[in-house]
Amino acid sequence: MEHIRLPKVENVKLLDRISHRRRRVGTLYLTATHTIFVESEAGVRNETWVLHSLVCSVDKLAATPSGCPLLIHCKNFQVLHFIISKEQECHDIHLSLQRLSQPESYDELYCFSYKPNVDEKERRQEWDFLDLKADYSRMGLPSSLWKLSPVNQHYKVSDTYPADLFVPESATPPVIVGSSKFRSRGRFPALSYYCKDNHAAICRSSQPLSGFSARCLEDEQMLEAILRSNPCSDFMYVVDTRPKLNAIANRAAGKGYENEDNYSNIKFQFVGIENIHVMRNSQQKMLEVCELRSPSMSDFLEGLESSGWLKHIKAVLDAGIFIAKAVAEEGVSVLIHCSDGWDRTSQVCSVACVLLDPYYRTLRGFMVLIEKDWVSFGHKFSHRCKHVVGDPKEVSPIIDQLLECVWQLMEQFPCAFEFNERFLITIHNHFYSCQFGNFIGNNQRERIELRVHERTHSLWSYLWANRTDYTNPLYRPNHSQTQGLLRASTSPYSFKFWKGLYNRFDHGMHPRQSVEDYLRAIQEETQQLEEHTGEGLHYIREVILILWLITVHSYYKSKEKKKIPPGCFSAFDKSPTVWAPGNNLGLANTPQDYTGGFITGSPCQPKGPDSILLPKSTNQISDASFSNGSDQESGIADLSCRSPLSEDSTRDPDSDEAAYSAA
Amino acid sequence: MEFAEHIKTANVEDVVLRQPLQPPSRGTLCITGHHLLFSDREESDSRQVLLLLRNIDAIEKRMSGSSGTITMKCKDLRVLQLDIPGMEQCLNIAHSIETLSCLDCVSAMYPFFYRPVDLSLPEQWGLSSPEMHYSQMKELYEKWRLSTVNRDYSVCPSYPPAVIVPKSIDDDTLKKAAKFRQGGRFPVLCYYHKKNGMVIMRSSQPLLGANRKRCKEDELLLQAVIEGSDKGYIIDTRSMQQAQQARMTGGGFESKSFYDRWKRFHRQMERGKALQESLIKLVEACGDESNNMDRWLSKLENSKWLSHVQNALSTAGLLVECVERDGHSVLVHGSEGTDCSLLISTLAQLIMDPCCRTMEGFLGLLEREWIQARHPFQQRCAHSAYSHARLQQESPVFLLLLDCVWQLWRQFPLALGFSEALLLRLATEVYASDYGTFLCNSDQERCALEVKERTHCLFRALLRPTERDYYSNPLYERTELAIWPSVHPQSLQLWKGYFLRWTQQVRHLEEAQEEIRNMVIEWGKLARS
Repeated sequence: MEHIRLPKVENVKLLDRISHRRRRVGTLYLTATHTIFVESEAGVRNETWVLHSLVCSVDKLAATPSGCPLLIHCKNFQVLHFIISKEQECHDIHLSLQRLSQPESYDELYCFSYKPNVDEKERRQEWDFLDLKADYSRMGLPSSLWKLSPVNQHYKVSDTYPADLFVPESATPPVIVGSSKFRSRGRFPALSYYCKDNHAAICRSSQPLSGFSARCLEDEQMLEAILRSNPCSDFMYVVDTRPKLNAIANRAAGKGYENEDNYSNIKFQFVGIENIHVMRNSQQKMLEVCELRSPSMSDFLEGLESSGWLKHIKAVLDAGIFIAKAVAEEGVSVLIHCSDGWDRTSQVCSVACVLLDPYYRTLRGFMVLIEKDWVSFGHKFSHRCKHVVGDPKEVSPIIDQLLECVWQLMEQFPCAFEFNERFLITIHNHFYSCQFGNFIGNNQRERIELRVHERTHSLWSYLWANRTDYTNPLYRPNHSQTQGLLRASTSPYSFKFWKGLYNRFDHGMHPRQSVEDYLRAIQEETQQLEEHTGEGLHYIREVILILWLITVHSYYKSKEKKKIPPGCFSAFDKSPTVWAPGNNLGLANTPQDYTGGFITGSPCQPKGPDSILLPKSTNQISDASFSNGSDQESGIADLSCRSPLSEDSTRDPDSDEAAYSAA
Repeated sequence: MEFAEHIKTANVEDVVLRQPLQPPSRGTLCITGHHLLFSDREESDSRQVLLLLRNIDAIEKRMSGSSGTITMKCKDLRVLQLDIPGMEQCLNIAHSIETLSCLDCVSAMYPFFYRPVDLSLPEQWGLSSPEMHYSQMKELYEKWRLSTVNRDYSVCPSYPPAVIVPKSIDDDTLKKAAKFRQGGRFPVLCYYHKKNGMVIMRSSQPLLGANRKRCKEDELLLQAVIEGSDKGYIIDTRSMQQAQQARMTGGGFESKSFYDRWKRFHRQMERGKALQESLIKLVEACGDESNNMDRWLSKLENSKWLSHVQNALSTAGLLVECVERDGHSVLVHGSEGTDCSLLISTLAQLIMDPCCRTMEGFLGLLEREWIQARHPFQQRCAHSAYSHARLQQESPVFLLLLDCVWQLWRQFPLALGFSEALLLRLATEVYASDYGTFLCNSDQERCALEVKERTHCLFRALLRPTERDYYSNPLYERTELAIWPSVHPQSLQLWKGYFLRWTQQVRHLEEAQEEIRNMVIEWGKLARS
């Protein structure tokens, strides 16, 4: 709290990112964990909460006659543009937020103070929810070909690797240790994925310390052992995910890549994914394009092209496809590495796994995948996501790219994934939020030192508990497009800009009606109806309807966080959900987008319901508190006030109320 | 039969057909006056392909040794390939396709020959008529009348015989006003907004010319439109500069001094050749196989197609804002008033009026705005994106409309009563069809050729129960309010269903739509039982 110079500023304006003529006036509060903006327009109480750990940058712009602008960019791509009337106040908020958003030690992170109402036993169970050993045994390991090696217990061989690693049966500890000495950071080749049907495996490592001519017998034996663990194949691929030029440059530093002559029966391949610095700059450029106020189509497409972002996404997906095909179609094992083997290597391993194995396209499977390829294998989350103050050159959106690759695949195969876009976006948010302990630190060893499992909560069990929110109603595990290897297209036209993530908070840009929500409601009803066919159906339908309304009602309540009085911050902790309330939808896309202000007297605020010409019969827009997600400007009442089943009863707002209070 | 002279070889055996998404098949090829027919030799599961020759936009032939290959690029963007044994046969087939696919004679086109067994020629052609439309709109009676001044097409050859005009304006005034508008297209009512009684009018440009002529009758007519209101808006689909330049060639715009209660907006919309070139570039980009992201994005941008989509939707949004939010009547025109004016008045009605969003409503809207109010389909859709022929009057304005409607459907997936499949069907039919709906350039031409007596009507066919089920949107829920589209570049997408229709990827998306339909059907069955 000592960092808060000013806990409260009144009469602050929050500008809309798309149209600066729309603004909300309210009070700004700084707390130990959040910035809160409370709109003080008459009637509605509307709050915007921003976690300090999600704040990426705070900029104070030159003062204008209307006040002093403060621009907050968040790691989840929210942008808040405040205008604070007094310069001094703006200055204080600026300084406070700069300090609050840049913790200097791990102990300051939100996860160590985040205390939802869960007892200690439950909290410990949260961490038992995912078990990586179970995933390896699902793959059929250990087996006669692969064994669990104790060599890295206490992180003695590689301090950035997990303690439990699978290696070829024939790899002896001296071979492993010898190989690790020949690899950057001691990251020797270890198993990431094993295909029990054809024995092909995906292994990962860091680059060899080959320089221009160095060799290492143990490393050569290690690769030989990997090859021998796949009895059906007489060669293996070694995939260097870097551009060839970068790999060659590394040789001068005594690192480099495998020489095909020194390793028996390997096929060596570069796949050309750029490094973390290129990716960071590329995303930055893309975000600048997203922030253009009213770009023309050409501005946008040119900006997107010159950012290179989609090109990089395509490169990762292309590499994943190459490996997935090698494993599934050729039955050949693959060793993947980049430089340190914790960025590009993780991306490519994960993308290949998602393509190869339908399990990783399920909710639980995808969590396991992140836990396996990223958390346990030491992707440097705290550096890449800048959880604490550190070298800005270490920051890079590598994990964002994994999520985007998966999203691009979901767009191509709408029936192949058990989870939905919201699931990915929620995970994205929590990579950065520091609300859960999962991604704190840079590797397993650091997390043990921080006693993360003893002191924090786990995201995975939270997501699992809320899985109905994250389920794709179109998921068809038996559909032909879902079976086995996903045959994804990487033609450039197959890639789309992911506005759901990068323009996540610009509500006006998103489809105004959700097919998914509609289908989910139908799906639930269908299931319930199937269970209760026959007598009493009518009665049951009524009950279902009421239950459904209550569920939806409380669902939206839990999303909006608006019933919590400021000052009562512990209550907020019950709802770690990251979904911004949908109640400013109406603000987002009113018609002045088209006019450029030609029409005089065009209102800056959307007119209230009484001033829009509504036909008399539209009580589908039921009372305001109930339909907070609805968009009265665009005429789309959201699903919370309608059931697709029995329209007559739901269209009557009184019955909604009755159902709710009866509960 | 006159087609026979173009067919030297009617049948070829042992032809290999390659088409997208299917393995090559070997069989017999047959050319008739209107069709290319291919049937394979498989004993079981025999496949036939029946292709309207009119659908073929361009062909390329390649000879090698004693056989040849014909690549046919269709107006529905499909690319088919035929491997034909025998050089002479191949040349004959190619010649027949080339000639028969672009015959100019309308009365020789297939719709005049299409006689399905289960369908007799309709008593009534089309869904409605201006007369029926007027009689159903009781709200109009007080201030608007149906004028038959154009009953013999003498006042405006491109208008239907009956049009809706202000009650206080008599036919003589209309005749004089028509002389002041290009092609005689005087301002007529195209939409009445029931919520506030405001209207959308449509016309062509006024013929001011260099010496700024004026026409009292035209001014009176427009004055009558905004009787009882303080002002009206004119949306000119040309830039200010273009509108001024038009004066040099006898056209122009409504000047402030003579139409002082009308406020003008200029919104430059691309039309004609520029639009056709945009389509050609986009289709070329979609076929690029270099697999290079930068190149794709640059070509996509360079085609400007999505800019045209953005522009059309935002101009329509402006129109809706004038009528729905600002509460004033609007006159829309560009120069001829047969392309962009129709585009944005159609979109505006979809955005504002829930009645236009049902399947009947949408087809009725297309009939009123595009068939009756005359979009010159035959000129605009003579060729599509592959043709090497020199561009004449081709312009994919109607396709642009369908793309914009698709964008609306993406943004409001529950608000439209019809599905993407209907838009795709229309996009195909407008270039090559069994039906007479898109034949000719105007109502007058259609009457002269007896299109209404001698062909079937597509819109009526689409509303038959089986077809209607297929083309309806299973998620449709009527909403009374306006569906304001977002026109941010991020919100607009390439219409893959059309432009990449013949790729595997679009198949996956279609399968997903199929799943959605099944879910709704299953739920519907249970809920009813």
